[in-house]
Amino acid sequence: MKDTATGKTVLLTIRGLTIEGRSDETWSEIVKGVDITLHKGEVLGLIGESGAGKSTIGLAAMGFARDGCRISGGTIDFDGIDLRAATKDERRALRGKRIAYVAQSAAASFNPAHRLMDQYCEAPVQHGVMSRAEAERDAVELYRRMQLPNPDEIGFRYPHQVSGGQLQRAMTAMAMSCRPDLIIFDEPTTALDVTTQIEVLSAIRDIVAQFDTAAIYITHDLAVVAQMADRIKVLLKGEEVEEADTRTMLATPREDYTKSLWAVRSYARPVQPPVTDAVPVVSVRGVTAGYGAVDILKNINFDIHRRRTVAVVGESGSGKSTAARVITGLLTPRQGEVLFDGEPLPSDYRRRSRDQLRQAQMIYQMADTALNPKLRLRELIGRPAQMYLGLQGKALSERIRGLLDLIELEPDAYIDRLPSELSGGQKQRIGIARALAAEPQFIICDEVTSALDQLVAEGILKLLDRLQSEFELAYMFITHDLATVKSIADEVVVMQNGRVVEQGPKDEMFQPPHDPYTELLLSSVPEMDPDWLTRLLQERRNKAEA
Amino acid sequence: MSDIWIMIAKRLALGALTLLVISVIIFSATELLPGDLAQAVLGQSATPETVAAFRRELGLDLPAYQRYVNWLFGALQGDFGTSLANKRPIADLISLRLGNTLFLAVYAAFIAVPLSLTLGILAALFRNTVFDRAANAMALTSISFPEFFVAYILIFFLAQSGLFPSMARVDPSTGFTEALYHTFLPALTLTLVVTAHMMRMTRAAIINLLASPYIEMARLKGMKPMRVIWRHAVPNALAPIITVVALNLAYLITGVVVVEVVFVYPGLGQLMVDSVSKRDFPVVQAVALIFAAAYVLLNLLADVLSTLSNPRLVHRK
Amino acid sequence: MHTLITLFWVAVAIALAMGAGWLFLAAARRLTRGGVARALRGAPVSAGFGMLVILIYVLVALFAHLIAPFGERQVVGAQFLPWDGTYLLGTDNLGRDMLTRLIYGARNTVGIAFATTVLAFSVGAMLGLLAATVGGWLDQVLSRIVDILMAIPSLIFSLLLLTIFGTSVVTLILVIATIDSTRVFRLARSVAQNIVVMDYIEAARLRGEGLWRLITREILPNALAPLVAEFGLRFCFVFLMISALSFLGVGIQPPTADWGSMVRDNAALITFGDVTPLLPAGAIALLTVAVNFVVDWMLHRASGLKE
Repeated sequence: MKDTATGKTVLLTIRGLTIEGRSDETWSEIVKGVDITLHKGEVLGLIGESGAGKSTIGLAAMGFARDGCRISGGTIDFDGIDLRAATKDERRALRGKRIAYVAQSAAASFNPAHRLMDQYCEAPVQHGVMSRAEAERDAVELYRRMQLPNPDEIGFRYPHQVSGGQLQRAMTAMAMSCRPDLIIFDEPTTALDVTTQIEVLSAIRDIVAQFDTAAIYITHDLAVVAQMADRIKVLLKGEEVEEADTRTMLATPREDYTKSLWAVRSYARPVQPPVTDAVPVVSVRGVTAGYGAVDILKNINFDIHRRRTVAVVGESGSGKSTAARVITGLLTPRQGEVLFDGEPLPSDYRRRSRDQLRQAQMIYQMADTALNPKLRLRELIGRPAQMYLGLQGKALSERIRGLLDLIELEPDAYIDRLPSELSGGQKQRIGIARALAAEPQFIICDEVTSALDQLVAEGILKLLDRLQSEFELAYMFITHDLATVKSIADEVVVMQNGRVVEQGPKDEMFQPPHDPYTELLLSSVPEMDPDWLTRLLQERRNKAEA
Repeated sequence: MSDIWIMIAKRLALGALTLLVISVIIFSATELLPGDLAQAVLGQSATPETVAAFRRELGLDLPAYQRYVNWLFGALQGDFGTSLANKRPIADLISLRLGNTLFLAVYAAFIAVPLSLTLGILAALFRNTVFDRAANAMALTSISFPEFFVAYILIFFLAQSGLFPSMARVDPSTGFTEALYHTFLPALTLTLVVTAHMMRMTRAAIINLLASPYIEMARLKGMKPMRVIWRHAVPNALAPIITVVALNLAYLITGVVVVEVVFVYPGLGQLMVDSVSKRDFPVVQAVALIFAAAYVLLNLLADVLSTLSNPRLVHRK
Repeated sequence: MHTLITLFWVAVAIALAMGAGWLFLAAARRLTRGGVARALRGAPVSAGFGMLVILIYVLVALFAHLIAPFGERQVVGAQFLPWDGTYLLGTDNLGRDMLTRLIYGARNTVGIAFATTVLAFSVGAMLGLLAATVGGWLDQVLSRIVDILMAIPSLIFSLLLLTIFGTSVVTLILVIATIDSTRVFRLARSVAQNIVVMDYIEAARLRGEGLWRLITREILPNALAPLVAEFGLRFCFVFLMISALSFLGVGIQPPTADWGSMVRDNAALITFGDVTPLLPAGAIALLTVAVNFVVDWMLHRASGLKE
């Protein structure tokens, strides 16, 4: 089938797709009439926030619906085959052979009981594409093209013996094993650190281009999709917002929703006046700490001043969360100490006074697990005020209402709700209110926006900013996301393998020269420019040659 | 590879230690007797002289730790002392009955394990169908039945008409097939009770497994349903299934007590119950030790086997 | 033919049970309001049947002295009389009225099992929650003790202990409760351990909350659903165990009316085709089935709410 307008062959046509999901024994539509046209060799980016139905649509392109979901309407035509009318066996014959899937978590999607090679060879051998010996030779070749270390040997390892970034590339190789016409990539780099993400992205892009494979690339990250896709489709709550080729979409989005997604990255807080108070609120002095015999933190030093936000940045395993545990007193350091207002804090929280506990509060990444699901907001927020400030009865009630006002939730409507009756962003606001209720000087924000959609995260950052100037708070902002650092930090502490590799004011940090690791970290953050990845790889190659 | 053997060696050592502590508990239980064993056996009316003579006969004049060591070393060599009730060596009482009990347990296991694994896996594969619901309701019902209820129902329906004997009489001269026939009802009772448990646990383990992303991946690779099960689910199901089977075999060993009493089957369980009512402490101790040892060993075996079937543990980084 | 007739009656019984369960649920939904009514709306017929049966047992146990036609230990006639107008279910091996014994059995057997479960549960759950919350050496010590006690099969262990301490009701309750509390400890500890790692517990600790408030206000409300379901399962287990011990002659002692020993005392009748001795066994089975049905529904609800 030829598309008359472009002259390219159409591979996949989806029209009026509706998918229903079951909750509490009733079915409701989660995908509401989506159309997709995908040509051979083309990469379509599906982008949207959580609940947009991206993954569900991706699986439907394989004629597959998860348990608790069902395809209820529309047509799915793959290269002339009607996937909804096809028999189970016909659909199965396509999967793995002509349409392949790359899952978000490779660690969970590889079978722990079999070697990578066995799992690689399964599809080509079972679908009768190659013999086992051919498949093994082919695997080594693809592992090499995916830039995996030791391509001759890596296939004979078990999944748990291979790192996350490598597994994700091995899974892409496995998807390629039958040279499919179409691959569905379902957030393949979301679980990876930024520096690892680059390698996986470039490997995926190269291999898809080499074999001229069509792909549907699902992600919530705009900058990533800008590198990978030829065209982008924006989804919201199971419906299409708009679709255009990548450059058009990035340059001139038509719809307000798309514009608002694009605009998020532009938020930045105003530059703060220089520090005037001599004594920092919190001072971490020469802290070395760890679990068992292993040092996670090695001689860490940094200060946090009043009305200042210090962003502690690092990838997983850098020790940034451990630093927070030392400050809060959950982990006793082997060496060094934490000063509060110039006074040393007891290293164990159980030996800190009630007032010392009150002064340092914490906001957690997962609001779901940070709020006791069985307590109502009244008690969740009220407890610190009751405990630390001795508020009772009417005064307490007034205080709770005041706090709800502060976080922009209507007191009458919310005060007697349970956390389960709130949205993700609202829960995070309750976490903030609980911290404020103690009237602290210092708050640790541990990845507070990373579990939230971008628009919601934006609201939280603005709120935190406003509260900081209102109550002269000092923030320690733990994050792996440099975009968040750019928008909220005054000072930055970069951590790697338990050491501080660089620290200083934000403006200096984002200007060269950098420490090599900071450089790597900064340069690895995807930008909204479709040529960014190509340029970056070229630069790195040049540097390596020079 | 050596890591895993160290791990297994540790488990075995822990198992041995557990058995040792259990033997201490079982032995010292009689030390908790209000008054003294000899007095308890002979009653309040016994003269001090007879009590003293009896104490010497039992070795009660020795300190407790010495008696324990003697008892334990005796037990390790198969000598459990003599019965208070009939003065016969306990080893003689036990040896035949131990064989009978094992025969019954193995008989029941041979029917129950394949049956319940098949039913459990089928229920998991066809979950929420009529078959699954019916199997579940029946399993739940038979879990709720006391063993003697199941036993008497079977007697009521199958023994009254003379189809099977209601008393499981066996002796060393009974032939194998005849023994199978005579012990059919007790074995069936045990099977019914254990199958229900094992089926439910297998079903839960398999359903848990089928929800894993790698099973979805196998389906998305276009693998046939049977291949998904055999190649992707079963190797990972081994560990949970081994645990389920061992747990239920261990249960079988103790469940045998009631069943033996109902069918008047000359096994260890019946001996224990008889000895309890006669307050024949040495016999109770000996049988308790044997049951506990079997229970610990089965659990230990399950532990080791499921460790060996876990690829994450077998192939270390 | 015989089998067909039996099957027919089994089918009738199941149909009647389902009908009764449905009616009970319908009535209960009308009579309750708020959260209870909302919970009942999703309840399956089996759970309705279970609740109805439990309610009937409780009523019979409470008002046994009013319902029973004769005295608990009263010898009213000859031994093993057949069913007739006066002795609705005949008489037992000593000439006591079977129906009366059955009714008092509800009070004795169920009462003792319930008391044992409550004791085992309070001790086991409290220690389990404490061990998970405090951690450290307290957890280590308690867990090792429980590991050892659980390594001895429970029926064997209770036979051993009952031989030594004798078979009064008090020792029976204490022995079974001790053995059973180890199982409760295991479950309570593992449930609490999943809760203790939550950020809200860390937040409460960092806030400076005391141990008591931590357990009662932060952990217990979140552990309640699995613990309540476990209470049902433990009750079934204890109830079956006490019945088995009584059946073996080392549990509840005569002349107290008890279902386990009633089966044992009258078992001889079964071989003559008389179902009477099956009645107390059936009474045991019916209650455990009922509790299990309710627990199954509760567990299903708890796992459904998590998703």
